[in-house]
Amino acid sequence: MEASLRKSLAIQCRVVGALMLREIITRYGRHNIGFLWLFVEPMIFTLAVMSLWELLQVGHGHGLPPAAFAITGYSSILMWRNIAGRCINSVEPNLVLMHHRNVRVIDIFIARALLEFLGATASFLLLGTAFCSLGLAEGPVNILAVLEGWMMLLWFGSSLGIFVGSFGIRYELVEKLWHPLTYVMFPISGALFMVDWLPPPLQKAVLWVPMVHGVEMIRAGFFGNSVRPHFDLGYLSAVCLALTTLGLAQSRIVSRELVPE
Amino acid sequence: MIEVDSVCKRYRTRTGVQHVLENVGFTVSPGEKVGILGRNGAGKSTLIRLISGAELPTSGRIMRSMSVSWPLAFSGGFQGSLTGLDNLRFICRVYGVSHQERVAYLEEFSELGRYLREPVKYYSAGMRARLAFGISMAVDFDCFLIDEIVAVGDNRFRQRCERELFEKRGDRARIVVSHDPVFMREHCERAMLLEAGSLNTFDSFDQALEHYAAGGRQ
Repeated sequence: MEASLRKSLAIQCRVVGALMLREIITRYGRHNIGFLWLFVEPMIFTLAVMSLWELLQVGHGHGLPPAAFAITGYSSILMWRNIAGRCINSVEPNLVLMHHRNVRVIDIFIARALLEFLGATASFLLLGTAFCSLGLAEGPVNILAVLEGWMMLLWFGSSLGIFVGSFGIRYELVEKLWHPLTYVMFPISGALFMVDWLPPPLQKAVLWVPMVHGVEMIRAGFFGNSVRPHFDLGYLSAVCLALTTLGLAQSRIVSRELVPE
Repeated sequence: MIEVDSVCKRYRTRTGVQHVLENVGFTVSPGEKVGILGRNGAGKSTLIRLISGAELPTSGRIMRSMSVSWPLAFSGGFQGSLTGLDNLRFICRVYGVSHQERVAYLEEFSELGRYLREPVKYYSAGMRARLAFGISMAVDFDCFLIDEIVAVGDNRFRQRCERELFEKRGDRARIVVSHDPVFMREHCERAMLLEAGSLNTFDSFDQALEHYAAGGRQ
């Protein structure tokens, strides 16, 4: 059936919605707080890491409120790391669903990315609001700029997710390398520092890391004039665009060869 | 109408490229009952997955101008960690039909009782078959694809399946793949033979069966 674009879009939304609900039930079940784990889990993570950073005095001595510094930093890590991590190995357990024509590889990636995005966003919002109302942090200076940075990180996370997810189907190496890579990326992803605090040669090096730009954008919006952000929206967009293109191309290739279970 | 036009399917395997289907072509009109006979490993299930659209051909085209079911196979297509009802809801969402009124039908047909609210992985083979068939009937299609229907379930279940599928939905088209000529004769008007990746059509049903039987003796 030659379906029009609008019809195809409606089908895709339906399938992604069904996959998201399915994912919530299989992951969190119907026990205790159920789907609330979706954002309680990242909140616990963030709180634990915040306490640790507080003890280690990460980011102290630059005049920024530590709570807000930790929330913006760790939420950013959660965003790209969880989305991409969930996309790896996401097709294999869903192979039985591929008997249904309209369930495609890309829908699985979209569903998982959206769930992680919702979880990370809810956690960021709830913790941010809680700390503001407790007086431990002040609200963002420019909420639109924060949103812009957050959306760029969403794009980065999802394009990375589609990339590692679809290449991981054919090459097991992707999954093997992913875990060490995330550990290496953790300290240099921009969550633990602001680029401006580093000596200039190091600044140049660290600005090659794409997510640094996203975190700088979020903090620029959050702290306004009290920080000097370094980011290049063009560079981050170019990286995202490249990952998106390669990832989509590869997911098309693998979906031609996929055999439902 | 379903048009299968010069379809080839190859798989990459460890021992090189495997040619499963070579230049297969045929059409199925609304209401037509077509059987595809073939021995184990002839490529029947691959062909039916291609017709359903679950897999894509290596080359060639498959056009569907009527709604086509997924391959009804009485086991696959369900997630073990979900309950029977969750699986029903998932299918209904994917195909865009409301699941409220279908829950009652599934409860009645499957006779699974409270097990519908338990994960499918704890089901026996017979229970799975009842669930799978019940869910398959939840969505309406113009053409049903049926893969090796005869293997599972007791007599009562088989009779009820046949009533639902072949009597109540007797006006729909169907494509049945099987290695059982008796079953085929009962439920199809026209038979094709899948041998070594190529599909042969015959003028009459008997010719096809004769050819199939002869193939077995060689």
